[in-house]
Order: sequence, then C-alpha cells, then structure tokens
Amino acid sequence: MSSTNPTPTATGQEPGSTTPAVDEVAPPSRGQQVLKEIFGGSAAISVLAVVLALIAGGILIVMTDEAVAEASGYFFSRPGDTFTAIFAAVGGAYEALFRGSIINLRADDFGSAIRPFMNTLANATPLSAAGLGVALAFRVGLFNIGGRGQMLIAAAAAGYVGAYIPMPPVLHLVVALIVGLIGGALWGGLVGLLKARTGAHEVIVTIMLNYIAFYLVSFLLRTPGALQAPGQNNPKSGPMLETAVFPKLFGDQYNVNLGFVLVVLATIYVWYLLNRSAMGFRFRAVGENPNAARVAGIKVERVYVQVMLIAGALVGLAGVYQVLGNFTGGFASGLDASIGVDAITVALLGRSKPWGVFFAGILFGALKAGSYTMQASEGIPVDIVLVVQSFIVLFIAAPPLVRSIFRLPTPDPLFQWRKPMLARKAEVTK
Amino acid sequence: MSAVTTTRDAGSGLAPATMVVRSWKAPIAFAIFTVLGLVLFVLLARGGETTFRLSDARDAIILPSIVLPVDATGIVAVVLLAAAAIWAFLLVRDGRRVPLWLTSVFAVIFLVSFLTWAAAGSTLPLVGLLAGALTVSTPLIFGSLGGVISERVGVVNIAIEGQLLAGAFTAALVATVTGSAWAGLVAAMVAGAAVSAVLATFAIKYLVDQVIVGVVLNVLVVGLTSFLYSTVMTGDPDLFNKPARFERLPIPLLSDIPVIGPILFNQSLIVYAMFALVPLVWFGLFKTRWGLRLRAVGEHPKAADTVGIKVRPTRFWNVLLAGVIVGGGGAFFTLVAIGSFTKEMTNGAGFIALAAVIFGQWNPIKATLAALLFGFATNLQSTLSIVGSPVPSEFMLMLPYIVTIFAVAGLVGYSRPPAASGKPYVKA
Repeated sequence: MSSTNPTPTATGQEPGSTTPAVDEVAPPSRGQQVLKEIFGGSAAISVLAVVLALIAGGILIVMTDEAVAEASGYFFSRPGDTFTAIFAAVGGAYEALFRGSIINLRADDFGSAIRPFMNTLANATPLSAAGLGVALAFRVGLFNIGGRGQMLIAAAAAGYVGAYIPMPPVLHLVVALIVGLIGGALWGGLVGLLKARTGAHEVIVTIMLNYIAFYLVSFLLRTPGALQAPGQNNPKSGPMLETAVFPKLFGDQYNVNLGFVLVVLATIYVWYLLNRSAMGFRFRAVGENPNAARVAGIKVERVYVQVMLIAGALVGLAGVYQVLGNFTGGFASGLDASIGVDAITVALLGRSKPWGVFFAGILFGALKAGSYTMQASEGIPVDIVLVVQSFIVLFIAAPPLVRSIFRLPTPDPLFQWRKPMLARKAEVTK
Repeated sequence: MSAVTTTRDAGSGLAPATMVVRSWKAPIAFAIFTVLGLVLFVLLARGGETTFRLSDARDAIILPSIVLPVDATGIVAVVLLAAAAIWAFLLVRDGRRVPLWLTSVFAVIFLVSFLTWAAAGSTLPLVGLLAGALTVSTPLIFGSLGGVISERVGVVNIAIEGQLLAGAFTAALVATVTGSAWAGLVAAMVAGAAVSAVLATFAIKYLVDQVIVGVVLNVLVVGLTSFLYSTVMTGDPDLFNKPARFERLPIPLLSDIPVIGPILFNQSLIVYAMFALVPLVWFGLFKTRWGLRLRAVGEHPKAADTVGIKVRPTRFWNVLLAGVIVGGGGAFFTLVAIGSFTKEMTNGAGFIALAAVIFGQWNPIKATLAALLFGFATNLQSTLSIVGSPVPSEFMLMLPYIVTIFAVAGLVGYSRPPAASGKPYVKA
C-alpha cells in the first residue's frame, strides 16, 4: 500500500485483507469466478441480508408472542408446544405480511385479491422517489439526510397551489407538481450551495434543515392565510382541489395513481442522467474522487449544487405525491411519515443504482403495506418494519459480516463489480 | 470571507506566528444583533412593564420582583449594544481579539431586553424559566458529552438520538421491574453502550460509513423501542412502565440561596452527576494521558499508531464510554423528568445534542454551554407561548438548528472537527 494514501479503504478492498498479491496468485478459472461472483457478490448479499433481517424480525415476534411465552413455561415437559407456538407466531406474521402486500388468496375475486399488491405499489411510490434523491446524492459522495425537509417544503409548495389556487384541469396538476419540485430542489440546493461555498458538512446541514423545515411548515399550517384551512383551528391544510389530485391509474378500487408513472419516469431519468449524460459523468467522477475530478477540470462545487438541486427535486416528488396523491383531504406536518429516513435505507438497499432503488422502494413498500395487515390480524405493531428495515441495511452495509455468517467466499477484489459500501474516502480537510 | 481563511491557516501552523489575524465575525454579529434589537425593541416597541419574579412564596429568602419598563429598557439596551458593537469594531481594527466577557455581556443584555420585550405586560417566573431550561438541557448535555468523546476519538456519532432513546426505554423497563431507580440507571448505561458497541463494531471492524450506521441505528432503536413499547409496556403499564424515580435531593443551605439555589441545588442525582461529569470530561480530555491519546487517535491515527497507541481498541472503548454517558442521560427522561416511557419520547434531543457538539467546537465545556443555550431557547419558547409573545414559538424552536447551520457554514464561531473524525483507520 502506498504511503501517500492515508486511508486504504478507499480502494474498496475487504477490511483486514492485505495488499492483493495480484501477480503471485494464479488467476482462478472462469467457472470459479462466476460462482464466486454469484455467491459472494452484492446481489447475493442483498438477498441474504433481507433473509437475515426477516429472521431477526421473526425472533422479535417470537420473543413478544404471548402464546410462545405460555408454552415455554412448560417447555421441558412438552417442548413440542413451544415450537408449534413459535411456528404459529412467525408463520402467522409473515403470512399476514404476504397477504397484505402481494396477493390476498382469501379474497373472493381476482380484483380484490391483487389489491394488496396495488397497495404495495402505492406505498412504494414515495419511497422510490425519495430513495432516488438520496441515491443520486450518494453517487456524488454526498449524504442527503435531508429527505424530510425537502419533502415538507415540496409538499407545502405543491399543497398551497393544489388547495388554494384554482386553475383549469391538467394545468393545475402540472403547475402544482412543478412548484412542488422547485420547492424541494431549492431546499436541497441550499445544502449544495452551503457545501460548495463554505465547506459545511452536508450531513449536519441536512439534519438541521429537516427541523427548520418542520417548524416552518408547522408554522404555516397553523397560520390562517398561509396553509391552514380557512375557518379551522387545526394545524391542517384544506383539501386539494379536484383538478390538482393525481388521477388513479386502475380505477377507484386501487390506490395506484399518476405518481407511480412519475416515479418510473424519474427512475428512467436518473438512469439516463447517470449513465448516458455528460452531467452524470461529472457526478460520478466527483463521487469517485473529487480531487481527481477537480484536476480533470470538473467544477466540483458546481456539481455539488447541481446534484443537490436534482436530488431535492426527486425527494420533492415524494412530498408532492404525499399531498396530491395520498393525503388529498388536507395534510398536516406529519405528512412525511418518516419517508425521508426510509429513503436512506431504500437507497442503500438499492445500492444507489436507479433501478435497484426503484425495486428496493417496492420491497419496502411491500413491508409497509403488509405491516398494516400484520397489525390488524396478528396484533404485531407496525414498528417491526423499522426493525426489519434497519437490519437489512446494517447487513447490506457490512458484506463481510453476511459472508462470515453464511461462510461465503470472499470475491476477488479485482473482479468485484460492485464495491462494498465502505466509508467514503478521506476528504482533504484543512 | 478572507478573514476566515487566514484564521484557519494560522490555526494549522502554516502561517508565520507573528501574523495579525483579524476576524470581523464578532463585530459583524454584534452589529446584526444591535440592528435586530433596534427594530424589535424601539421600532416595534410594545409598551407596558415586565415583571421578573425572582422568588417563590415557599423560598426561605424572598427577593422582591424586578419590574422593568419595556420601552425604556429597550432604548437603554440598544444604546449599550451599539456601544459594545463599536468597541468590538475598534478592538478588531487594532488587531486585538474581542474578549469573551464582552460577548457574554452583550448576550446577556440582548437576552434581558428581549425577554422584557417579548413578555411585555406580564410576569416572567425567572427561577422557573431557568430551572426548566436546565431540565430540558440535561439530556442534551449528556448527549453532547458523549458526542464530544466519540468524535474526538474519530467516530462520528449520529446515533446520539438512538442512545438517548435506548437509555430512556431500558431505564423505564428495568427500574419498573426491579423497583430500583439505580438499576434503571445502570441498565440505561448498558443500553447506551450496546448501541455504541454496534456503532463501533460496524464502523471500526467492518469499516462501514459511520454516518450510515448512525442513521440506521437511530431507526433501529426507534423501531425496537416502539415495538416493545406497543407489545410489552402498553399491555401492563404498572408492571413494565412505572419506574421508580430519582427524587429531588435539595442540598442543605445551598438550596436556600435565592435564584440559583432552587435551580442548581435542588435537583435529582442525575443532574448532580452531570455537574460533576462536565468538568471531569474536560479535565480528562485535555489534562490526562487518556485524553491525549484519545485526541491523538482522532486527529492523526497514523501518528498515534506510530508511537504505539492501539488505534482501533482506543476508538472502540471510548465510543463505548460515550454510549454509557449518553445512555445514562437518556435515563433522565424516564427516571426524573417524565416518569414513564412513550414512543419516540426523545423527540430530536439527540440531534440538538449533535448540534451542540458542533456549535461547542468539540469542547465539553463549550458544548455544555451550547446545550444550555439550546435548552434555554426551547424552554423559553414554551414559557413565552403561555405569556403570549409576539414571536411564533416555531421560530424559537428553530433557533438551535439555524445557529448550527451558521456555525458549520463558518459564519458564526469557528467550526473544525477532529481531523480524522468519520474516517476509519486501517493499518497499511
């Protein structure tokens, strides 16, 4: 390892491994290579992380299940009862999760049987959108924890237009959407600007801006003439006008609306941006190594502002969806429903790749949709989803941990297509 | 802002030592506040009188209340503020620094006149206001002490919120089940250390980005505590969520001192522990071998490694220690302040503590002062909303966060984290 590089982690190696003695080891055969890539690669890690997290969630369910506790009281006289109770608890829980998120086999007709899946898509819409915003910033090496703030500001902007400024059909929706996206973009861009101009760390700035946005929107929501519904005392906005509401895609019995199409478009856009555009190339260059990018003539500061503007708009889409597609009857300051934080886990699970994030959003949307069924039919609090989510991310973030649990081979660092989610490389701070 | 860069260069020892560094931040900040005072206290004068109540009827020594005429106080204050601003300007022009006491006096004058103005026509219970501020600040101070230790050793701790929440939950659960507040406190420390252990393991062993782990840990702790609260605690609150509490322990004589007695010397054990902990952490960090090693590991791990300090164990154990402190602070919520656990009861206190760490420049004393300031602002907001002030409470609540953004942007104060904070260390 060269002495000029103070943090060798930047090379994306496995921790603890010594300098890869590339030319001393005979290259493994092609078949072995493929196997290693499949079992040690990131896709396998992602799947195994989800499995591990579901097991951890199952353990939690078992530990708090009353039937299990009762049966374990006489475990040594009849151990079978305990295991039956455990399987009943976990099986019931995950059966309810499946029933609430994918397909309801107990339903009478096909239309209502697939309603859970539609709920999943509806829940996934804001998660994927916000996840894209977080992921895009990740690719530039910026940590956008400001999802909550960007959503709130975007929602407030779109909500104001949607609820209080009457306009012709179509136009109203478009204007509300654009105003909302601009709101989110500005709130995100502010972070980029502060980072570019003053070097302020974006993590701190975004966390602080979340709270500022929350109190600002709370203030607006209780101020008559701003966002508060006229003639009301609750800190809540008026209902959205019909012309501004996202139309439903598959009829009124399903929740999926135009927002889902917008998220698919956003995913395509981010894919195009990152993989096919010059701007995306600059983004990735800065993300890989800001110093090298600067030497290559890329204006790193401008990239920070640009990416945070776009990221803010993407997260803003989630906020706009919440007011124009979800809480159309009027929104309160809790409209972000912790999506801003969930978006970080979505982006991590999706490994900051546009389509990865999209499907990670759908997975978490499924967990969310299913959790309500779990709560209703099995009495398991929805908070279990938070636990499962955070376990997934913890496992994904540390591939060596998952590999050691499942005794998987360590992939050859030279052929590792996707790097593990290691800490960012050392930034030169003076 | 060229003054900033010169300051930084001088700080890192690159510039010649004789260079005169002029920082115009203090006079500019003074001027802004003076103008703000002029607008609020003189142009938007509210008239009437404000009464500051200094003593309760139950106190041993009763002081008379202070009555200030609002408009006159405002005018006098603005004149004083302007004088201080001009003086600061002159000092900086001569190449001297603005002394800390001048800043303090400036802040006190502004605060008193602001209180007088905001509460025009009503009575402010000064003791209650300050005692309430201390109550709000206590978990913030524990959180920021833990944050300082953790960041000084080179591990960014975003998980303060999670550690506080874990401490609060475990304290409530264990103190209820065992019937002993002491057991609850110990359990809270263990819970905080457990969160720290995960943070440290992932950050130091698996080299995962520390911010990611911190954020995820916060979610995990919220999920776990909310889940267990819903399944275990709400089922039988008397059995699981009615902790034995630490009672107030008035210190004889000292607690009878007017104003400061009831605020400082009629508190619970956890607050007294905090009084001891703040100077202890300061002394430890800056005057002992432990602190020197800790700071060396956080500033330049390679150099520390070269002289034989074991970087990774030092980081691990000190992050654990930080967790113990923050977890103990979390117990304050359930064992002293509120008396039972509720979902997400820390409500962002961990992030205010993080703000205090940064605003306090990673120094335990300054971070404590910042935490007190933030606690005061939060508590003032609730007091003023009762009195009916013209400032919307949301803007008072925003204050810590705005101040922190100004601080990290380099507009106020001087923000430089430990050099190796957030960067994992791998032996080459």
